[in-house]
Amino acid sequence: MSYLMAFIIGGILCVIGQLAMDLTKPGITPGHILVGFITGGAILSAVGLYQPLVDISGAGATIPLSGFGHSLAQGAIAGVKEKGLLGAFSGGVAATAAGITAAIVFGYLAAVIFNPKD
Amino acid sequence: MTAARKIGQQSVKFSNPPVISGWAAIVGPKEGQGPWAKDFDKILDDYLYGQSSWEKAENIILQETVQTAVAKAGLDTTEAELLLAGDLLNQIISANYAARELAIPFLGLYGACSTMAESLLLAAMMIDAGFFERVVAATCSHHYTAERQYRAPVEQGVQPSPSSQWTATASGAILVQPGGSGPRITCATIGKVVDMGVTDSANMGAAMAPAAGSTIKAHFEDTGRATDYYDLVVTGDLGAVGMNLASQSFIQQGLVPPPAYSDCGVLLYDGLPDIKAGASGCGCSAAMLCGPLLKKMSRGEINRLLFVATGALMSPTSTFQGESIPGIAHALAIENI
Amino acid sequence: MDEGKSEELKAAEKKEYQNLVNQVKPKPSVLANCLWAFVVGGLICVIAQMILNYLVSKGMSKSDAGSAVAVIMVFLGALLTGIGIYDKIGEKAGAGSIVPITGFSNVIVASALEFKREGYIFGVGARIFSIAGPTLLFGFTASVLIGLISYWFR
Repeated sequence: MSYLMAFIIGGILCVIGQLAMDLTKPGITPGHILVGFITGGAILSAVGLYQPLVDISGAGATIPLSGFGHSLAQGAIAGVKEKGLLGAFSGGVAATAAGITAAIVFGYLAAVIFNPKD
Repeated sequence: MTAARKIGQQSVKFSNPPVISGWAAIVGPKEGQGPWAKDFDKILDDYLYGQSSWEKAENIILQETVQTAVAKAGLDTTEAELLLAGDLLNQIISANYAARELAIPFLGLYGACSTMAESLLLAAMMIDAGFFERVVAATCSHHYTAERQYRAPVEQGVQPSPSSQWTATASGAILVQPGGSGPRITCATIGKVVDMGVTDSANMGAAMAPAAGSTIKAHFEDTGRATDYYDLVVTGDLGAVGMNLASQSFIQQGLVPPPAYSDCGVLLYDGLPDIKAGASGCGCSAAMLCGPLLKKMSRGEINRLLFVATGALMSPTSTFQGESIPGIAHALAIENI
Repeated sequence: MDEGKSEELKAAEKKEYQNLVNQVKPKPSVLANCLWAFVVGGLICVIAQMILNYLVSKGMSKSDAGSAVAVIMVFLGALLTGIGIYDKIGEKAGAGSIVPITGFSNVIVASALEFKREGYIFGVGARIFSIAGPTLLFGFTASVLIGLISYWFR
């Protein structure tokens, strides 16, 4: 059951991204989509709308980049509870540190190992 | 005093039409799968062509195309007096580095994808004016060097728009001489920059089509030639969308759409699967001209060709700043006389 | 052809041309694109869910497992990009392969690979964030703003 919900919610989030590319003005690139999802996810999370999505679909809501925004927002809120004002700055990145660091390090390693293909 | 060889507003007529005495085209693997494979001088097996980067491969391809074109006219590369060349990359590095190795006196040009027509019409003028006797006009493009400069990294998963065109990996070179045997360049029309406000860089054909229309209209007005004078009118790289728009603009401007109108961007990959709107790039019109088109002319299958290479004169900077895409087109009448 | 035309006339001509372009331009097949995006995006999430369930079943805490899944998915995205498969998926799947975290990994690796030939500092190092950078910038900024607002209302 958890797989079905992950599939559906994850799929729907991707369809929203696809519609944003196909139906809005030309020139909406993957960069725009990523920025939109991370920011949108953070905002939805802050107003309490994203957590229910995570509860019902698990990875279906955390794996899309909006889930990354959700982690950033929840990290910042938790940080504020723990450390006050300093937590507003450290909480978000701390919650997403593993994913971001992995992306940078694997990106670098991939560049060392592979070459762009034709 | 009026210039003796200028006709009309923006055209020139050569008093002793210069001869296209040698030509060559080298293309990439994808272009080699198209319908014109047997008309090209060489088809690459891969995009790196034994080099360490795509940029290096591009300038080697240009070098070899120039050498082949000169050799096919029975001359040695050192006998060429002047090279007029350009490409799509920043500071036209492909042409610069090719010229470094070729050691032919060199003038670098930038006309984006119109460079084949720009270089050829300048070569013809220099020959007809009597400054030189052996001038090479050349240009090239490489899919992956252009892609990384103008669009996204190659390995990024991007869904191509249906109006997008594939930058051709191809190059063409032509040796122009005052006499000898071969098709002759009889007149040329220099285009104005035309910008109809298209900002979508995934729809370059639409951006360039008005420029092609403007130049073709001026050509017929200036020369007084009938619109059915040519066996074939061929635009550079408008692609399926741009060609459609150009045909419509011919109707709108009162030019009878010549039944023999086509576009190199549509022709180059004709029949290949999943090609979207077709081909683009300097090498697209250059390789079509220096491959199938001139071959057909030398066989007498085409006797009067109007070659209209089109260019989109934008840069990634102007695109990011929201500027629209200006287009240009130059026309050359190439005839068997 | 432009001589003597007023600015308004030129603007009207441009407008008319834009309309013509929009008529002639082939439209993306939105339905097919959405179907692809849905299936590929959904499958990526299912794979992540399988890894998540496995890690939790091995006794990992839910939040640690979540971070671990992010790392693994980023790794898979990087690997598929490196061996030249991810861009082929992206041609079909569109947003289905952009929106998941593997897509974030893809833009980072694609940028890094692309500029390898310009060296490791100003090539790979500087360009690795050319597309992911804006994402992090706005993500971090949103996070800090949300933190500040929650501090204000606490």
